[in-house]
Amino acid sequence: MQIIFDKVNYIYSDGTAFSRHAIKDISFTINKGEFIGLIGHTGSGKSTLIQHMNGLIKATDGRIYFNGQDIYEKNYNLRSLRSKVGLVFQYPEHQLFETTVFKDVVFGPANLGLDKLECELRAYEALKMVGIGDDLLDASPFELSGGQKRRVAIAGVLAMRPEVLILDEPTAGLDPRGRDDILEKIAYLHRESGMTIILVTHSMEDIANYADRLFVMNRGELVMQDKAKAVFSHYKELEKMHLAAPQVTYVMNALRDQGFQVSTDATTVEEARKELLGLLQR
Amino acid sequence: MIRDITIGQYYPSNSVLHRLDPRVKLIGTFIFIVSLFMFNTLYGYIVVALFLGAVIKLSKVPFRFIARGMKAIVVLMLFMMFFNLFFTPGNTIFELWIIKVTDNGLRQAVFMGIRLIFLILGSSLMTFTTTPNQLTDGLEKIMRPLNHIKVPVHEISMMMSIALRFIPILLEETDKIMKAQMARGADFESGGVLKRAKSLIPLLVPLFVSAFRRANDLAMAMEARCYRGGDGRTKMKPLRYQGKDYAAYACVLVYFAAVIALGIFGDQLF
Repeated sequence: MQIIFDKVNYIYSDGTAFSRHAIKDISFTINKGEFIGLIGHTGSGKSTLIQHMNGLIKATDGRIYFNGQDIYEKNYNLRSLRSKVGLVFQYPEHQLFETTVFKDVVFGPANLGLDKLECELRAYEALKMVGIGDDLLDASPFELSGGQKRRVAIAGVLAMRPEVLILDEPTAGLDPRGRDDILEKIAYLHRESGMTIILVTHSMEDIANYADRLFVMNRGELVMQDKAKAVFSHYKELEKMHLAAPQVTYVMNALRDQGFQVSTDATTVEEARKELLGLLQR
Repeated sequence: MIRDITIGQYYPSNSVLHRLDPRVKLIGTFIFIVSLFMFNTLYGYIVVALFLGAVIKLSKVPFRFIARGMKAIVVLMLFMMFFNLFFTPGNTIFELWIIKVTDNGLRQAVFMGIRLIFLILGSSLMTFTTTPNQLTDGLEKIMRPLNHIKVPVHEISMMMSIALRFIPILLEETDKIMKAQMARGADFESGGVLKRAKSLIPLLVPLFVSAFRRANDLAMAMEARCYRGGDGRTKMKPLRYQGKDYAAYACVLVYFAAVIALGIFGDQLF
């Protein structure tokens, strides 16, 4: 078990009139190499939760363990934790600051105190991973397109070679092509390097395609943590939390209501296609 | 981290003070500040303290919240008290090497300190109970006559309200960018002055870029709604004085008269 949360609570501006209980009694474990999808309505505490994972926010109450060590222990090195748990914020392109794309990606590894050659090697590797070509290395990050900026920003975190990669809505505001592109890259990283991925998203289709397990947050509480199919079978409850199941799940349910003998646990288009072909051949 | 600064913040509540016309609060605060410098007797301080206490009570803003904002000015206050304490001529109380404390210096330091606290308390009470929008509305109305001598009153107040509105936005943005860079291993806390200044570059560059982007977006959005300055513009909620506003004016005037009276006759009275 790589990450363990034990009854974690966080209260914003504790003890003032503005205090808000952002996350309540959250406990879970995440294993090495898992692909976790984190979903929840706006303001449900997702962003607050992920910032606990690399120690940017300190829990008001509760314990967090990374690789078996309590991260709130006195001499625990939070900066080394942050290099192992890479966190890509929403709209990460807003953090770009260097004069060239390459220098910006070097920033992360350079902060780890590695020598120059190693930093550049990692930066180059990370840029290749997200599909940024050699011709863009010396461009100013501010000249790139939206999708390119986002990929450069993700490379900036990947260059630290984290063991866990957390992405907060990495596809927000991108066109469909840029979206598929980024999701494919993330899935590739997960497959090839066995990196643990935690993906925060609003798109149920995305998450049904990739995630091993789903975490559902509602008003600061972790209300479900299960396989995607199991979570989406509760689609009526999800709707009460202003969430939904993938559209194919609705199609399958509608078909069943019409009297067709189909299983309703299909969550991706591919699964639905197989199911429907099977029905037609019967 | 940066959000702990409470000075100049709005504290939502529903007290009489919150519901007063912003013009009353602006003019009242101005009179209060002037009144602080109209007396030089102990009784004056007592009257001011009583008045301020009553207003704080009325505002329903918890005292702990107000006091937290005062932390920000402790350094300024110590600095001022230090100079008053050691550099005011008068009868020497005690001497240590080149340091000399005089009776006048001691009195000055203590009284100036108290005055400064009163001043900050009074003016922060105004911002605690008035939203930035109300504040600029009030200012605009008060300064309206200046329009006749070609002062662009509306534009100035519009700029002011935009600037005020942007403070929390930019603070939040700073917080976000700081965290994003910390996630990439940036260190804003350790090292010498030069190293720390350098470590601010990854914070300041994105912050400026984002400020310009937001300003651009806002300008575009205003233009899309045909904003073209203050001429002929009407308000959805125009400011109008009500009974309680006149009552508040009366209270402030009585207080002011009392302080002036103490300032003139205070020495003879007691």
